[in-house]
Amino acid sequence: MRLEGQVRIPSGCAIAAVISREGRKMSGELITNAMKPMHDRSNGLGGGFAGYGIYPEYKDFYALHMFFDSRESRKECEAFLKERFEIVKSENIPTRKTPAITDEPIIWRYFVTPLKSVLESMQLDEKEFVARTVMKINTGMKNSFVFSSGKNMGTFKAVGFPEDVSEFYRLEEYEGYCWTAHGRYPTNTPGWWGGAHPFTLLDWSIVHNGEISSYDANRRFIEMFGYKCTLKTDTEVITYIMDYLIRVKGLTLDEAANVVAAPFWSTIDSMEDEEEKKKQIFLRTLFPSLLVTGPFSIVLGFSGGLMALNDRLKLRSMVVGEKDDKVFIASEEAAIRTMEPNAENVWAPAGGEAVIVHVKDGCY
Amino acid sequence: MKRIYVNEEWCLGCRLCEYNCAFANSGKRDMVTALKGKPIFPRIHIEGDDKISYAVSCRHCTDPICVKSCIAGAIYKSDGVVQIRKNKCVGCFTCVLVCPYGALSPSESGVMQKCELCLTNSVGEPACVKGCPNRAIVYEERGALNE
Amino acid sequence: MSIEFIYPEFEVIRNESRCIACRVCERQCANEVHSYDPERGIMVADESKCVNCHRCVALCPTRALKIVKSDCALRENANWPQSTINEIYKQASSGGVLLSSMGNPNPLPVYWDKILINASQVTNPSIDPLREPMETKVCLGKKKQEIRRDENGKLVCEMTPQLELSVPIMFSAMSYGSISYNAHASLARAATELGILYNTGEGGLHEDFYVYGANTIVQVASGRFGVHKDYLEAAAAVEIKMGQGAKPGIGGHLPGAKIVGDVSRTRMIPEGTDAISPAPHHDIYSIEDLRQLVYSLKEATEYKKPVIVKVAAVHNIAAIASGIARSGADIISIDGFRGGTGAAPTRIRNNVGIPIELALASVDQRLREEGIRDNVSLVVGGSIRSSADVVKAVALGADACYIGTAALIALGCHLCRTCHSGKCNWGIATQRPDLVKRLNPDIGSKRLINLVRAWQHEIKELMGGMGINSIEALRGNRLMLRGVGLNEKELQILGISHAGE
Repeated sequence: MRLEGQVRIPSGCAIAAVISREGRKMSGELITNAMKPMHDRSNGLGGGFAGYGIYPEYKDFYALHMFFDSRESRKECEAFLKERFEIVKSENIPTRKTPAITDEPIIWRYFVTPLKSVLESMQLDEKEFVARTVMKINTGMKNSFVFSSGKNMGTFKAVGFPEDVSEFYRLEEYEGYCWTAHGRYPTNTPGWWGGAHPFTLLDWSIVHNGEISSYDANRRFIEMFGYKCTLKTDTEVITYIMDYLIRVKGLTLDEAANVVAAPFWSTIDSMEDEEEKKKQIFLRTLFPSLLVTGPFSIVLGFSGGLMALNDRLKLRSMVVGEKDDKVFIASEEAAIRTMEPNAENVWAPAGGEAVIVHVKDGCY
Repeated sequence: MKRIYVNEEWCLGCRLCEYNCAFANSGKRDMVTALKGKPIFPRIHIEGDDKISYAVSCRHCTDPICVKSCIAGAIYKSDGVVQIRKNKCVGCFTCVLVCPYGALSPSESGVMQKCELCLTNSVGEPACVKGCPNRAIVYEERGALNE
Repeated sequence: MSIEFIYPEFEVIRNESRCIACRVCERQCANEVHSYDPERGIMVADESKCVNCHRCVALCPTRALKIVKSDCALRENANWPQSTINEIYKQASSGGVLLSSMGNPNPLPVYWDKILINASQVTNPSIDPLREPMETKVCLGKKKQEIRRDENGKLVCEMTPQLELSVPIMFSAMSYGSISYNAHASLARAATELGILYNTGEGGLHEDFYVYGANTIVQVASGRFGVHKDYLEAAAAVEIKMGQGAKPGIGGHLPGAKIVGDVSRTRMIPEGTDAISPAPHHDIYSIEDLRQLVYSLKEATEYKKPVIVKVAAVHNIAAIASGIARSGADIISIDGFRGGTGAAPTRIRNNVGIPIELALASVDQRLREEGIRDNVSLVVGGSIRSSADVVKAVALGADACYIGTAALIALGCHLCRTCHSGKCNWGIATQRPDLVKRLNPDIGSKRLINLVRAWQHEIKELMGGMGINSIEALRGNRLMLRGVGLNEKELQILGISHAGE
């Protein structure tokens, strides 16, 4: 049977997220508990979490979380990294043995900063350089895989149910101002850790529930710009789209949401605000190949905030709730109630309506 | 009311209207039985030459001169449609002489006949219009233009 | 007679028990096949003149006629089919180049028919186009540009010129001269009503049709017939015709007999002179010359109109398209080897060029590999026969399709493939006034509108089945396609997997 990355595997999912607008830290236990009532939305073939603000002591360094198949592949990859980065710390990611999680690869993390000389010779900005390096490892080195590459954030994922994955990675020991989580229901048994979600690139992390029908249109377009979709998953391609639109093209989150879940032409035609109408026509005309169709609900995490977005027909469930400084997002309200029984303003955002939450400046 | 209008720009002179008319008023179930091997007596006629052609049939005038001139009182107008009571026609040809359009002509039996818009035969709508391949004959409401 | 004799290709079968001798067939046949024998009181036929256009069959009120293939055959020979032998007889007799019309009829592979479309089951929902919005609108033109903001950080929403289509279908280039005034009127009116575009071809734009300018693509071909300032300004876009799928590498020749009246005026050449389009543009001998013409036309139209470059699908099409995409063109149009023509040398039509499916797949892939796919839109033609072909083309990577033959069939063409005779009984490929009037644009435009709307409905159904609610998300979405009965190489070029994979 072909593995993930060699073949496209559709999957259903559960997602959850929590963020503090004040930048208050929460332990990974909170988000882990949110996934428990949604147990049946996963099938044990993938679970994962992303935490923001978890590495305050290394916040100026890119945290590369990596899977290796063997000691040799780690050595080989490390040599490659050393040509490009200064590695300030290199260690095993701490895990605990649990019967629910088996066959783990070598799981490592590096805190790195790009070598100035290399940056200059390649005439690239820092982020572009890191993104390209990640792409190079993930496409070129068969037995090495970067699954997290942002600053002061990290992804933790494995083959298993989300709550077991959390236990395995000892997430209760981490504290972050924002967490996202994912439980996966793939229609195949790839048994590969890299295929679990969240999917990340730089600070972007995406958890996603759905199966987009525009996949290959999006993939073939975005691959023009140096991205390589090695996993053949929706999450991966949506991450690259967001990175391209926001970091490379300089769109705002709102504008990027308008591209990905564009309003229908009929809606645009009936807009009365001429400025808004012009903008929507502009975005749809310029980026038609980045429109994402088919069901999806995503939470896009980034440094200092997150964005939740549904496909424009709202073909997947997604609920948002609030309490004090916190905002909660999940596939089901039960998950929100687990995190905060007294959550207020619980609502289901409309299809294509982006929910954007920012942490107060200076609080992350 | 709805009337038949012809448009010479699109008339191909194929004469299908004549055959469709003759068949529609034959009372027969198929065209072969109705028309094969005999002369036809249509109520619409193609006029013209190889450059221009057009169909001619009754205009159902507002003030029909045929009605006035019929010596037997066989021609009358009802609901805007000029019609003939065949059993009253004496075959004097006066109507043929007075009609400025040449819309009346003798039938197979000798009494006069004219277009009655297929309203009473089995077609129920003008057969010439239905069968015209190029929409050169139309049956439509155009207001009081010709009334 | 003797060795020059070729037995008629078709037989006119008249059911004497049904024929009422109404002589409609006689009046409608420009080839003068039918006549009335007053002595016997019956219709007779001269089959040697019959081109099998079915005009008589369609208009016979008693269904007394049918045209069948003659069964008078030479001894069977797989290597020497009768058609080949007959062509040799003709050439031995005339010493001339054989002429043909319409697209290549030979049994070469039709890849569309070996590609199947996907549908949603279980893991994601299909969408019902009767209940949910289903978008088929596309914008053609260059998409790549820097995002700029004003001093307040607001987006500067200026774009390179775009063509907006309500459905990714346009009527392909067919010149006034090769087809009739009424055919052009039908196309122009239908395009306007549908919110799509039609293409003048290289014969200029009749003054009556300037009112449809917003839905008109004007062509600049090697003969430059009818090209002047007002012509360029009237249009929504300008197309440089470098080649045609039916006859790559050669020009065109409209005989002087067809250059009469308005055709002569519209083409801006004297009546009765042959309209000869040279094989190449004599100011374009290479890619850098093309760039100059592209920018000349943009200058002339003040950069307000997209410029299309149309090329025939030939062996090196991917590299050619890459060159065009860097030449300033906004849209590349590719015409496959099954594309139609009013007249082409038979050998060229039947043997030169490549299938549009393979050309499209390789061009789209090549432009993506070079990172310049969004420099241009891709329009493909050359035998798009149904809405399914459109869907497959879009999924392979096309932005829109050109339909020519399908549009003519909607207008009444019965594909008898004798356009070059000028005696089109359906009033399409002719300039004879008595024949031209057989195509009433009221009927013609309505039928074109019906056709495109019907295809639009079907496209929506197919998209909905795939769970896609905007055609934009289908473009280049090759995962939605699977091949059947294709070899590894074909699948690789098409960039699709085999069914079952």
